Amino acid sequence: MAAKSANTGNPPPRRARGLHALANPARFMRLARAIFPFAAVIAAGTLIAGVVLGLAVAPADYQQGDAYRIIFVHVPAASLAMIIYVVMALAGAAALIWKHPLADLIGRASAPVGAAFTFINLLTGSLWGQPMWGTWWVWDARLTSMLILFFVYLGYIALQSAFEDPTKGARAAAILALVGLVNLPIIHFSVNWWNTLHQPATIMKLDRPSIDPSMMAPLFLMLIGFLAYYVLMLTIRVRSDIIARRIRNLRLMQSAG
Amino acid sequence: MVRPFLALIGRDLRLAFRGGIGSLVSVVFFVIAVTLFPLGVGPALDLLERVAPGVLWVCALLAAMLSLDRMFHDDHDDGSLEQITLGALPLELVVLAKAIAHWLTTGLPLVLAAPVLAVLLNLSTEGFVVLIVSLLLGSPILSLIGSVGAALTVGLRRGGVLISLLVLPLCVPVLIFGVGAVEGAIYGFGERAHLLILAGGLIVALVLAPFAAAAALRLTLE
Repeated sequence: MAAKSANTGNPPPRRARGLHALANPARFMRLARAIFPFAAVIAAGTLIAGVVLGLAVAPADYQQGDAYRIIFVHVPAASLAMIIYVVMALAGAAALIWKHPLADLIGRASAPVGAAFTFINLLTGSLWGQPMWGTWWVWDARLTSMLILFFVYLGYIALQSAFEDPTKGARAAAILALVGLVNLPIIHFSVNWWNTLHQPATIMKLDRPSIDPSMMAPLFLMLIGFLAYYVLMLTIRVRSDIIARRIRNLRLMQSAG
Repeated sequence: MVRPFLALIGRDLRLAFRGGIGSLVSVVFFVIAVTLFPLGVGPALDLLERVAPGVLWVCALLAAMLSLDRMFHDDHDDGSLEQITLGALPLELVVLAKAIAHWLTTGLPLVLAAPVLAVLLNLSTEGFVVLIVSLLLGSPILSLIGSVGAALTVGLRRGGVLISLLVLPLCVPVLIFGVGAVEGAIYGFGERAHLLILAGGLIVALVLAPFAAAAALRLTLE
């Protein structure tokens, strides 16, 4: 259809569908306003339930005592750090392929949240490492690859804010995010090869998770809570970004007379 | 296609050679940085022998970063980059030619200087050949990944600092497998696997990096 209509000059008007409908900022603002209360309620509910179950109900570990409870923050933060990076890279691909303005905004809005989760993951890991391994920091494979992920996030944020034109900054950062998407698994495996001290994965095993259901439930709740919190932050940040741009345009129009 | 490609490499090489001492900055930095390590950690030969592969690789990595911002920056400033992009050569091949020229003027001198510095650091004799081979395979990857960083920051005023922040984290695998190969040769658990992975990485970077860097250049030159 696009190929035919290209010859006639103007493509026939058609109703925007799916993601393209959201390129209209007003329409996206409506959707974001609709999502906002749901995300807020889910985030608050699951986080409170997860904290109560994790700190009060779940039994202490037979080896690690109560210190293991830090995983209820540590593990979901790690998942979010990686999920947000993938979202960012996919949004970057969408921004580069379809020039979708919303994709730019999602990348801009996600990066600081992802960096914060990565930092929380590193911090909680360090706090857990002190009683368990007897040291605040070890150059273990997972810690190191999370640290590198943190640096990649910082690079993304720095690159995106280095451009005066925000769209250009978002597109440049999108390219970086895609290069990172190819490179991060390689970094992960190379660091893994380099040194392994961290316990192997327990939840994402193919047969059955080697973790008790009473510990699994709060972990799962916290993960849902963190995800909802991310969606919440995303709607807030994208909306305020759109509003900030509108204000800037209004000011420019005003000063132009 | 081949002639403009070679002409572009030749032009960059001539520019580098006629730039005087400026083109040698990376090697000089490499030599000085390696020299600082014995001053920092002490002159004990057994200690130096143990850290030698890592020190040599890290310093080579940093030295390769040093000249990255010049890959496109000067050409962008005097407008010749836009002239080149208007030419017959696709932008992907322009980037590849620039990366090759960067490697010939930065990476190759580092490879040549490395054995001399390895003697200063008391590297075991078993490691010498592997050190050179690993640098030969690894340093072009640095130039290729670096070309993406250089292309992303080409129009920016303070791009030089930013490039290191963008590129260094992505270079971690090169460092790990480069050092791994040398240590594998020294401690006798084999260097083959590490070198093969480096070679694979070089092929992947050769194929993918020019596309990413060309996309970045198209964006920043808009």
